[in-house]
Amino acid sequence: MSTKTKKRKELTPDEVRQELIKKYPPKVARKRAKQIQVNTGEEASTPEILSNVRTIPGIITMRGCSYAGCKGVVLGPTRDIVNITHGPIGCGFYSWLTRRNQTQPPTEEHENFLPYCFSTDMNENDIVFGGMNKLRQAIREAYDLFKPRAIAVFSTCPVGLIGDDVHAVAREMKETLNKEDPNHFVNVFAFSCEGYKGVSQSAGHHIANNQIFTHVIGHNDEPKEGKYKINVLGEYNIGGDAFVIEDLFERCGLTLVSTFSGNSSIYDFERAHTADLNTIMCHRSINYVAEMMEKKFGIPWFKVNFIGAVETAKSLRKIAQYFGDKELIERVEKVIAEEMPAVEAALAEIKPRTAGKTAMLFVGGSRAHHYQDLFKEMGMKTLAAGYEFAHRDDYEGRRVIPSIQVDADSRNIEELDVHKDDARYKESYEARKKALEAEGCEFSDYKGMMPEMEKDTLSIDDLNQFEADKLIELYKPDIFCAGIKEKFSIQKCGVPMKQLHSYDSGGPYAGFKGAINFYKEIDRLVNSKVWSFVKAPWSTNPELQATYNWE
Amino acid sequence: MTLLRHTPKDITERSALTINPAKTCQPIGAMYAALGVRGCLPHSHGSQGCCAYHRSTLTRHYKDPISAGTSSFTEGASVFGGQANLLQAIQNIFTIYEPDVIAVHTTCLSETIGDDLNQIADKAQQEGKVPEGKYVIHASTPSYVGSHVTGFSNMCTGIAKGFGRKDTPKTGKINILPGWVEPSDMEEIKRLTSMMDLKYILFPDTSGVVNAPLLGEYHMFPDAGAKIEDLKEIGGSKGTVALGETASGPTARYMDTEFKVPCTVLPLPIGLRATDRFIDTLRKVGGRNVPAVIDNERGLVVDFMSDMHQYFHGKKVALWGDPDQLVSLVEFLRDLDMLPVHIVTGTPGKTFEKRIAAIMEETKMPVPYKLKVGGDMFLMHQWIKNEPVDLLIGNTYGKYIARDENIPFVRHGFPILDRQGHQYFPTVGYKGALRLMEMILNVFLDKADRESPEAKLELVY
Ligand code: SF4
Ligand code: SF4
Repeated sequence: MSTKTKKRKELTPDEVRQELIKKYPPKVARKRAKQIQVNTGEEASTPEILSNVRTIPGIITMRGCSYAGCKGVVLGPTRDIVNITHGPIGCGFYSWLTRRNQTQPPTEEHENFLPYCFSTDMNENDIVFGGMNKLRQAIREAYDLFKPRAIAVFSTCPVGLIGDDVHAVAREMKETLNKEDPNHFVNVFAFSCEGYKGVSQSAGHHIANNQIFTHVIGHNDEPKEGKYKINVLGEYNIGGDAFVIEDLFERCGLTLVSTFSGNSSIYDFERAHTADLNTIMCHRSINYVAEMMEKKFGIPWFKVNFIGAVETAKSLRKIAQYFGDKELIERVEKVIAEEMPAVEAALAEIKPRTAGKTAMLFVGGSRAHHYQDLFKEMGMKTLAAGYEFAHRDDYEGRRVIPSIQVDADSRNIEELDVHKDDARYKESYEARKKALEAEGCEFSDYKGMMPEMEKDTLSIDDLNQFEADKLIELYKPDIFCAGIKEKFSIQKCGVPMKQLHSYDSGGPYAGFKGAINFYKEIDRLVNSKVWSFVKAPWSTNPELQATYNWE
Repeated sequence: MTLLRHTPKDITERSALTINPAKTCQPIGAMYAALGVRGCLPHSHGSQGCCAYHRSTLTRHYKDPISAGTSSFTEGASVFGGQANLLQAIQNIFTIYEPDVIAVHTTCLSETIGDDLNQIADKAQQEGKVPEGKYVIHASTPSYVGSHVTGFSNMCTGIAKGFGRKDTPKTGKINILPGWVEPSDMEEIKRLTSMMDLKYILFPDTSGVVNAPLLGEYHMFPDAGAKIEDLKEIGGSKGTVALGETASGPTARYMDTEFKVPCTVLPLPIGLRATDRFIDTLRKVGGRNVPAVIDNERGLVVDFMSDMHQYFHGKKVALWGDPDQLVSLVEFLRDLDMLPVHIVTGTPGKTFEKRIAAIMEETKMPVPYKLKVGGDMFLMHQWIKNEPVDLLIGNTYGKYIARDENIPFVRHGFPILDRQGHQYFPTVGYKGALRLMEMILNVFLDKADRESPEAKLELVY
């Protein structure tokens, strides 16, 4: 598996691309070639990249499944929903506490089901005769034990095949339980997020978005106290990122209505529609909710990024600009001014050791883009990057959406038909949005990753193990970022690897404080002594002629 | 703030809802077993999420790369069957990753669809998708039956089926099935067997595969694992020593029936007497005297037990995990005069309860104990709330109970996601018994050091 190739310096990006696909059978090579593109460094000439398409069987992919995207990513971080996995035990077991999303219930009395794993643990009988009775009973038992505000059901692969109607069970149990105790409202809803839906976690995000929008958002019209109300979408509080953002907002005087879904509570989802603005962090996983909320409630959205000090400051300023209030603008400036000296001091200390080093990022649906900003701040160059489950709009920008061809796999994921909610639609936002747009403030847009990458760097969709190994061999980057499955094969080559899904053990990396943490972490990784110990002293100097002299 | 604050002391009957499971699904066990064959790439026949989960969990447990392929089912494959996906996968894998063996296991999805691996593997052969000298072996591992241990066992049988042949010329070797233990344990079993001067074939053998050294290069297939040329000879061995009834028993009996290789099934050699039984069996089947070094190793265990008996004696223990581990652990705890009062396994099975009962009777367990087969950690926690214990033994997920209830906790079993050591240091054999006692003692004494009143703090234990 280790073919000898010319050193990187002699290879053009196009040659690298050829190297990556050389060994593939022709059909595989043809498809992969379209998923590997050389960046041009400018928006207009960004090449089209094939993405959100099936992984070829037998390819060791980084991807997971729809269930992982739905239950694991989007709904997993919410502390007060009893999330029941309907299926055999595995899926629920593996998604139990493994993503490092932290949560902080306000008091000991508040619900927190995060440390629990709930499953119907289907057995052979359930597969043969159907699992709906067991599911009904499981919901009943969960209700009797916990009296939660919400119970959610997540379908795994066999459920769809055997034809269990999880939505009917959810509906029925919701009715029954609320009838039994009209004083305690319990919401019950289900997700058809079977692992075979779509081509990656992405389908699961969409399914999660649809159901949360249908069953939860808008349930409670009582607004949260406070001024400048916003939602943060696509922030999952890995390693405590949401805590940093919450702190920044508080100091700026912004009111955070809800976060989807880091450190979140279903009670906040229920009134998310009372916010004045939606801001999006991870565009891929959550843009659907933002779009639907705008259609139904008139709430505008724009993209923000709290990864990297520069981007954090930019995002806070943009939010302040949206509200246009002098007091807010001043407070935001004050907070930025308070935070920046520490950031600059950290960079001054660290940058001499990181500048000029190189990185590669292959992860998720937004982080492969966002984290390039942090590397840039450290003077590091991103040689290649790509997403695991993104679509063309995440790569090339939302401007290409009209030209994206919807294939059979995506067509199977429902697009909700959303209408204006006349009673609750806020016309005034529309006017504000128009006015701001005239000033050059961009809404409902995401520019994508590729236009922001340097000329002659690579964008690679759904990178696999073979190509990752090849990239390491050809480029020997100073650091490689991906997920847990990729981590240790990279490190066996003596190249440090940083997980950007779960952050290994680190974080938070959001905001200014997070940026400092990240600088330190990367400095630690790329300059660690351990990489110099890989070769034993005798292997670099194997001669034995000069026998040891004991004198 | 308590972590498991929703776990009530009052126990109510649950028939449908599993909370905090004490088992996981078959394919992960099959994947682990397949990694113990040299040059083998495990392959998950289903949608890619299962494979991603299994690889991630094994990776977190070992902090080492775990490679495996997937048939990447989409909705179409789920409706029409996964044959085309698997055929394509086999071809791609042999071309791109170049393993010597592909070990295919099913998932709930392909099982529910009813894909027939036998037939698909034959077709791959016929269509020339399996290069000369390469192999496709397989096991059916429906996750809605049994547990991860069942999957491990099924793949062990898949390996035996794939490579073993009836009427193989006799080699005089013995087959050893190590059961689902850590690579460090497999290494230790090999060391002990070599010390007994026996020729053996141990499979699966994950030592050196999932605990590989960092040498500056990555090899998807390291020079480790059970060799194919050895596996082809398992039918010619004079007998099989199978460790662990649940993980190894079925494969041993398969080889007995199919290859006429007789077998002895022993409990995992965890603890003093279980190791004694293992050594004694090797002595008898090999016709070898036990060398003095082994007597000395054993003597150290007895020495430790006698030196520190006061700290073990009478301590109550709650433990959960896989049946094979639990059987041997319970016996060892009893031999230390400890009291395993709460025992839970998520793995279903008929004999477990009886085997524990026999140990309890034989060791004259002085107090009643609770046991649940197919139970979960939620129930175990409730038991603990009703009858507190001094020690927890089980996988990483026990730490939430340990912290809420302030109970010393020794991690043992699968998965261990938050501590190191299991990859490198065995808990089987006499060395393993020493390590187990050290771990137990340390958590007890650390607690005493932290919590005893100043006036009572001891310098010497
Ligand atoms: S779908 Fe089945 S095989 Fe896959 S992780 Fe879930 S339980 Fe395991
Ligand atoms: S939902 Fe978006 S970007 Fe995400 S962990 Fe995932 S990432 Fe990575």
